[in-house]
Amino acid sequence: MSFAKLSVSVLAVAAVSVTAAAAQSRDNVQIAGSSTVLPYATIVAEAFGENFEFPTPVVESGGSSTGLRRFCEGVGENTIDIANSSRSIRESEIATCAENGVTDIIEVRFGYDGIVFASDINGNSFEFTPSDWYMALAAELPVDGAMVANPNSNWSQVNGDLPDQEIAAFIPGTRHGTREVFDERVILQGCEDTGSMAAMMEMGMDEDAAEEACMEIRADGVSVDIDGDYTETLARIDADANGIGVFGLAFYENNTDRLQVATMNGIVPTVDAIATGEYPVSRPLFFYIKAAHLGVIPGLQEYADFFVSDDIAGDWGPLAAYGLVADPELAATQAAVADGVLMGE
Amino acid sequence: MTDMPISTAPKRSLYAQDARTKKRNRAEARFRTYGMAAVLTGILALIVLLTSILGNGLSSFRQTYISYPIELAAERLDPEGNRNPEEMASVTTFGYVPVLAMSLQAFLEGEGIEHSMGGRELAAMLSEEAPAQIRNMVLANPDLIGTTIDAQILVGGRIDGFFKGRVTMESAERDRNVSVAQLELAQVLADLGIVETRFNWDFITWPDASGSRPEAAGLGVAIIGSFYMMLVVLALALPIGVAASIYLEEFAPKNRLTDLIEVNISNLAAVPSIVFGILGLAVFINFMNFNQSSPLVGGLVLTLMTLPTIIIATRASLRAVPPSIRQAALGLGASKMQSIFHHVLPLAMPGILTGTIIGLAQALGETAPLLLIGMVAFVREYPDFLSTHSNTFPLMGDGATALPVQVYSWTQRSDPAFVERASGAIIVLLVFLLMMNLIAILLRRRFERRW
Repeated sequence: MSFAKLSVSVLAVAAVSVTAAAAQSRDNVQIAGSSTVLPYATIVAEAFGENFEFPTPVVESGGSSTGLRRFCEGVGENTIDIANSSRSIRESEIATCAENGVTDIIEVRFGYDGIVFASDINGNSFEFTPSDWYMALAAELPVDGAMVANPNSNWSQVNGDLPDQEIAAFIPGTRHGTREVFDERVILQGCEDTGSMAAMMEMGMDEDAAEEACMEIRADGVSVDIDGDYTETLARIDADANGIGVFGLAFYENNTDRLQVATMNGIVPTVDAIATGEYPVSRPLFFYIKAAHLGVIPGLQEYADFFVSDDIAGDWGPLAAYGLVADPELAATQAAVADGVLMGE
Repeated sequence: MTDMPISTAPKRSLYAQDARTKKRNRAEARFRTYGMAAVLTGILALIVLLTSILGNGLSSFRQTYISYPIELAAERLDPEGNRNPEEMASVTTFGYVPVLAMSLQAFLEGEGIEHSMGGRELAAMLSEEAPAQIRNMVLANPDLIGTTIDAQILVGGRIDGFFKGRVTMESAERDRNVSVAQLELAQVLADLGIVETRFNWDFITWPDASGSRPEAAGLGVAIIGSFYMMLVVLALALPIGVAASIYLEEFAPKNRLTDLIEVNISNLAAVPSIVFGILGLAVFINFMNFNQSSPLVGGLVLTLMTLPTIIIATRASLRAVPPSIRQAALGLGASKMQSIFHHVLPLAMPGILTGTIIGLAQALGETAPLLLIGMVAFVREYPDFLSTHSNTFPLMGDGATALPVQVYSWTQRSDPAFVERASGAIIVLLVFLLMMNLIAILLRRRFERRW
């Protein structure tokens, strides 16, 4: 019963604060979410503060899930206006949002982020396929109808065309959105390409179990999860000449004097190759606007319009210069933001 | 000992050591060596830390500038020709980039300096902050339009890195963000004195900048944020902590309840700081509706974190005051309160101050709880002491960051120039800590002299 009492009183306080918010509201935009989107959001926020009369928005990082959780906490001055995310919002999050009164959400996809594989500039060059990564990093491989522990310890064992170099992979930890893309677009793809998935299903696994087995990464020290940022991955590669790390394209572009990039399926990751979808490992980047705050928080609509404008998110804007792959359908996004098209409409 | 006559006295000499004495002396010598080794290890670690931080960070206090005449063409910057700042604001910072680049090109031509670059590559040598700087100048003083001004503007982070030794011709060949031609031109201009690297205060005073302009990133907002939080901590934790300690130490009866409180205080001192962040989010932001990211909430959270440290230190120093002082005061007819405030508290003051300063220093270096209340953020607006942005509670209600938070976020940025910035921020943080400890020592000396 005390819980019910507590929630009633909290609701009452919230209601009071919402009415207070309607009378006098915060005058800067507050944003939180993905650390991948953070550099882009800060570039936009900075330029927005310089070119508009509104104060510069406050941008927090913390991860896509944290950002969306805070986004869904409710409506009012003390909740954030925009959540940055490196993945699309999940059904469960939409449900949580709705429970807390956040029913009107505008989804904005503003570009793509490429995920690249890079190693020390003075080391060997690599030309990968997803199969190579699966064979190198899977925990267990199907051999003659049985699962055996991954015996590969050298890239040349994985694929005769690859250089004779010890496998030492630094991949994003599971709390990163990048890991999800890596698992699905590289490891799972490799599992299917090599026929391992089919072999597992022949062994009697159903599809889900086989997928799960495919994406299980070996834990014997050959592959290291990096829970920090790309700067940590870079430091690990500096320390280990054999290391190959997973980076965002923007990070690589900023450190081309120290890193060389590997091709995937023969394609060099460039902004163009990612925009056309030729380079297979990329993902869309989003931000979500709380429609109830439009017109209440000054500058929110202007910020969103400015973010997706050609000056900023276009091919020659500062975001592309930093490493964002511009969205080919940016014009449609601009129109949707200007009209405030809600999700699910 | 061979010549000594046989006697009943023990065979010991003051001149020759016997085996046991030698053993004891050896043990002592060994212990001294261990001790020296321990101290040396500490000193060595300190030297390594300081050289690495100073080596990386000192360059952040110097910045590279270029000065050349900038022609503020009216047709570009004020197409309407009314000199009305509101109309002129429609020309964004992107519109100022060609103005700067074309002026630079014209200047190089006029000086007869040869180069092989186009306008875009020339513009890339300048900081992205420069257009904003010039735009603000023009908007503040529309009469500048149509004139040619001599302004000193920032160059880009890579060019700046070249003069600091971070970027070399070899690395530039591999680097997509800078070209060898740009570096060569920069070197020519530096020889002519047009480009210069000099000390500047902007690193201390300017706010944070985005990842694409490391050369303009500063600590201004972080320093103000940390300062506000320290004010809150000092204003709340010191009186509450001292009052609680005096009551617990001098007045409270010794029973199960006070024992329980004592255990809890010692326990709280060891609780991971992030726990206080969770508490702060629930109580101060969600329940009391203070603004997120505000130094007020940060200060309140750090107060909670610092209180146990201050209470423990204060109680220890109160206990260290000899009971004879209290008894003498009571014997001369002072009330208990008089004896405490006139005699015990001043004697305990040096210890209390030390404890408070240690607590404050701990709070100054704390990042984890600030993560949860939204202070690990990108903030460019200087926070006001009394927020002019409307708030539920205006005192220190604007968004801000803190010094350690700035170090944390800069180490995550992809541009290598931020390594220098982060180390520079650590230097500033260390200077602040040094100053706090100096103040603590000075205050302590003063109070001690009185007694």
